[in-house]
Amino acid sequence: MFPKPIENTNILTQSFYKTALPVVLIIWLLPLIAVALTSVRSGGDLISGNYWGWPTSFDLFENYTSVFKNTPLAQYMWNSFRVTIPTVLGAVALSCMTGFALAVYNFKGNLLIFFLFIAGNFVPFQILMVPVRDLSVQMGVYNSVWALILFHIAFQAGFCTLFMRNFIKALPRELIEAARVEGVNEFQIFWYIVIPLMKPAIAALSVLIFTFIWNDYFWATVLTQGVDSQPVTAGLYSLNGQWISQWHLVSAGSIVAALPPVVMFFTMQKHFIAGLTLGAVK
Amino acid sequence: MNFKLKTSLASVATIALMASTAFAGTLVINTDTSDPAPKAAFEELIKDFEAENSDITIKWNLFDHEGYKTSIRNFLTADAPDVANWYAGNRMLPYVNAGLFEAVDDVWDSAGLNDTLASASASMTIDGKKWGVPYTYYNWGVYYRKDIFENLGIDVPKTWDDFKAAGATLNANGVTPITIGSKYLWTAGGVFDYLNLRTNGYDFHMALTKGEVAWTDDRVKATFSNWKELVDAGFFLENHAALSWQEALAPMVQGDAAMYVMGNFAVAPLREAGLSDDQLGFFQFPQIDPSIDMAEEAPTDTMHIPANAKNKADAKKFLAFLGRADVQTKINARLGQLPINKNSSVSDDKFLQAGMSMLSSTTGGIAQFFDRDAPAEMAQAGMEGFQEFMVKPERLDAILKRLEKVRDRVYK
Amino acid sequence: MTYFFKQNRLKIAPWLFLAPGLFMFLTYVIWPIAGSISISFYEWDGLGEKAWIGMANYVELFDDEAFYTSLKNNFIWLILYMLAVPIGLFMALFLNQSVRGIRIYKSMFFFPFVISQVVVGLVFSWFYDPNFGLLNIIIEFFGGTGIAVLADERYVTYGIIAAGLWPQTAYCMILYLTGLNSVDSEQIEAGRLDNAKGWRMLWYIILPQLKPATFIAVVVTIIGALRSFDMVSIMTAGGPWGSSRVLAYYMYEKSFSEYGFRMGYGAAIAVILFLIMMIYITFFLMKMYRDEKEN
Repeated sequence: MFPKPIENTNILTQSFYKTALPVVLIIWLLPLIAVALTSVRSGGDLISGNYWGWPTSFDLFENYTSVFKNTPLAQYMWNSFRVTIPTVLGAVALSCMTGFALAVYNFKGNLLIFFLFIAGNFVPFQILMVPVRDLSVQMGVYNSVWALILFHIAFQAGFCTLFMRNFIKALPRELIEAARVEGVNEFQIFWYIVIPLMKPAIAALSVLIFTFIWNDYFWATVLTQGVDSQPVTAGLYSLNGQWISQWHLVSAGSIVAALPPVVMFFTMQKHFIAGLTLGAVK
Repeated sequence: MNFKLKTSLASVATIALMASTAFAGTLVINTDTSDPAPKAAFEELIKDFEAENSDITIKWNLFDHEGYKTSIRNFLTADAPDVANWYAGNRMLPYVNAGLFEAVDDVWDSAGLNDTLASASASMTIDGKKWGVPYTYYNWGVYYRKDIFENLGIDVPKTWDDFKAAGATLNANGVTPITIGSKYLWTAGGVFDYLNLRTNGYDFHMALTKGEVAWTDDRVKATFSNWKELVDAGFFLENHAALSWQEALAPMVQGDAAMYVMGNFAVAPLREAGLSDDQLGFFQFPQIDPSIDMAEEAPTDTMHIPANAKNKADAKKFLAFLGRADVQTKINARLGQLPINKNSSVSDDKFLQAGMSMLSSTTGGIAQFFDRDAPAEMAQAGMEGFQEFMVKPERLDAILKRLEKVRDRVYK
Repeated sequence: MTYFFKQNRLKIAPWLFLAPGLFMFLTYVIWPIAGSISISFYEWDGLGEKAWIGMANYVELFDDEAFYTSLKNNFIWLILYMLAVPIGLFMALFLNQSVRGIRIYKSMFFFPFVISQVVVGLVFSWFYDPNFGLLNIIIEFFGGTGIAVLADERYVTYGIIAAGLWPQTAYCMILYLTGLNSVDSEQIEAGRLDNAKGWRMLWYIILPQLKPATFIAVVVTIIGALRSFDMVSIMTAGGPWGSSRVLAYYMYEKSFSEYGFRMGYGAAIAVILFLIMMIYITFFLMKMYRDEKEN
C-alpha cells in the first residue's frame, strides 16, 4: 500500500492526518457549500447581490419543495434513470467485448480499430448533432429515451473501449494461454476468466459512465422534448425563466439531481479495493 | 410539461366518428413559457379556448426557455406541433426562408386583425405575407430610483443636457448613473438602439439594421460619439462585462446605481428584491435631437403555425382566438405586459400604464430591438462590438471596420 | 464447417466480439463525422436547402479574428488544464489510506465531478463577481484592490480554467484511486526493503505502475480542455467581446446559438478542432505503440 499506511506511523502523524482530512474536504467542497447555501436563499437575496452573506431568510423547505412542485422533478429524475441505467449496462457490456477483442488478439487492423475508437471519442459532439438527430428520426426513436440510450451507448463505446482494452492488456496472459491449452473456447475464456478479473474496472467505468450520462445536457435538449422523455438536466433548467434565472431553485434541484451518481460511487467503492488480480496469479 | 386537458364525453365520441380525419380535434402546442407568470397565463388561455371549442383537445408541451431555442430548430422539421410561439421581425426570418412557417394572411383577414393588430403588422410581415399572430409586447425605457433622485434634487431629465447633468450629480455623490450587465450582449444593444433612434431617427435605424447603411457612415459615428460622452463621463457601471442583466440589478437595489435602460420585465424582480413603488420610477429615454420624432422599442412575442403541422384548421382557429381583444386583455393581465390589440385594456399597474401611454402616443415608430431588427449574424457581431466599445471606446474605428466586414458578408 | 471455425477461431473470435460495439460506433459516430465534414463544404442554415461552396468556409475561417482568438484560448486551456493530472494524483495519494470513514471521504471528494458543470460555472462566476464576489472580498481583506476577472480580456480565460480544474481534478483523482488499488504490493514491499521512501518510491515504483491510469487521465483531460463548453457558456458566453471563446463554443455560436444559423461554417470550425485533436491522438498512440512494443 502506498503511501505508507497511516496505522504504521506514530500517533502524531495519525492524528494530524485525521484532522487534516475534514479540513481539506471542507476547503475542497467550498464551491459545493456555496451551491448548497444558494439553494436555501430566497430569490430576492440573489437579486440584491447577497451571494455570500448571511441569507435574509432560510428558504430550505420552500425551495426544495418548490422544485418538486414547479417542475415534475420526480418524473425528470425517473427519465434520467431510464436513460442512464440501460446506457451503462449497454456501454459496459459492449466495451468489455470490444476491449477484450482488442487487448487479447493480434490481428491485422487491431491498432487501426483501436485508433478509430479513440479518435471518434475526441469528437466535439456539436459536429454530430444534425446527423444523429436525423438518424433518430429515421429510426423512429426521436423524442424518446431510446434516442438517448442508443446514442450514448454508441458514443461512450469509444471511451469505454479505451479504458477496458488498457485494463485487460495489463492482466496476466498466462491464464488465457493456459485456458486455451486446456481447450476452453474463446467465449468461455471471456466469460469465466477475464470478466471476473475485470470487476474493479467494470465498477469504476460504470460509475464514470453513469455520471457522464446523468449530467449530459446537450443531447437531452437535442433528442428529447417534453416531460415524458426529458432527463433531469434539461428539465432542471426549465426553472430558469426568460428574464429571471431562479438560481436558488436550480441550485436546490442540482443538489438533488447530483445525489444518484454520488450514491452510486459510494456503493461501488468496495469493488475498487479488490486484490482479485493478485489472487489469480498465485 | 404535458397538459392533457379532458374533453367532454360527447366530443370523444365525435372524434371517434371522425376517425378518417384522424388529427382533427387534437391541437398540439409547443411553448417556451416556463416562467411562473407566462405559464399561468397560458394555462388560462388554453382552458378558455377549450371551453369555447369543446370539440378540440389541446396537448401542450412546455419547454424551458433556453432549450426551446435549440429545440425549435429540430421540432419544426422532425415532429412539428400545430402551434408554436416565437418572436417577430428578423427572428422569424430563418424559418420563413426555410419554408417552416405557414403564412396566415387568411387568419388576419377573416378575424379583422389587419385593423386591430395594426401596430405590430409591419413586424409580422415578410415578403408581403403575414407569418404569425402577435399577442403581447412590452416597452423599454429608463427605470430609476425615484428616491435617490429626490434626495439629490434631480428632476426627471427630458433633454440630453439634462441627462448628462443628472449623471454628473449622481457621480459627484458616489452613485453610478446607469447600471448595466453586458455579459449577455443584448443589453448593450438596447442602449445602442435608443441612442441611435434619438440621434438619427427611426427610418435611419431601420435602414442600418437592414444593411442599407454602412457602419462607417458619419451618422453612425455621431451616435457613437454621443455614447462616448456617456462612457467618458463615467455613466456606466464598472466591470459590466462580467455581469448578466440580472446581476446588474443588485447595485440598483443597494442604491449604488440609479438608472437602468431596460424593458418592463425589470420591475418584477426589483419589487421582489424589496424596492417599493415610491422608490421605483420610469421615464422615457431623453431626447437628443429635438428635430427627430421620438421612437420607442417594444419587442413583440408571437405565435405561429409550422408548415409541417398536422392540424392547421384548428391551429388557425387558435390564432384567431389569440388575436381577440378580450383574450389579449386577459393574457396580458397575467403576463404583466401590454396587449397588441388596440381594443384591449391594460391592467392598472403604474408602470404598465406609463409604458402604454408612451407607446400609444409615439410618433417616431416602434422598433423591435436590435437582435430582431437586424439579421442574426449581424446582430451578434453588432452587439459584441457595442460591448467592446463601452469598455474600450478608443477601439471604435477597428470595431466599425469589423462590422462593415460582417455587413458585407451578411446582406449579400 | 466446425473444423474451419475451430482452426480459425483465433482469427474470427475478435471480430465477433467487436461486432456489436463497432457497429454502433460506426453508425452513430464515424458516419456522422463524415456527414459533418461534408457539411463544411456547404452553406446551410440547418433548416432549408444546402448550397455547395467548396472551400469557401475554410477560406473565411483563416481570415477570421475570432477563430484565432479561439485557437489561442484552446492552446492555453490545453496547457493549464493538465494541472488536473498531478493534482489529482496527489489527492489520490492523500486519500489512499484505510482510516475509518475513508469511503465517505472519497465519495465526498468526488462530488465536484458529479455536480452539473453549469452550476459550478455559476458559483465560480459569483466568486469572481466584481461587486459582491468572495474573491474580491478576500483580496481587499488583505489590502489589495479588487479585480474583475471575468470582465478583463487578459484574465478571463485563466479564471474559467481555474473553475474547470475543480471537477476535472476530482475526475483524475478517481482514476488514480482506481489505479492505486491495483498497484502490486510485492513491488512496494521489495522497494521498502531496499529503503526506498517517499519521492523515490513514487517515481520509480508507483508511477510506472500507474501508467494506464495516467494515460487515461491525460486523455480525458485533453478531451475536457478541448470540449470546455459548459463553463465558457455559463461564465462569460465567450466574452468579454469574444475574448474567452474556445473553438467548441465558437462552433456552437455559429451553428446552434440564438444568432447562429451557419451550419456549414460551424462544421468547418468543428473539423479544425477535430484535426487538432487528431494531432494529440496520433501522438499518444505512437507513444503507446512504442511502449507496448518494448514490453
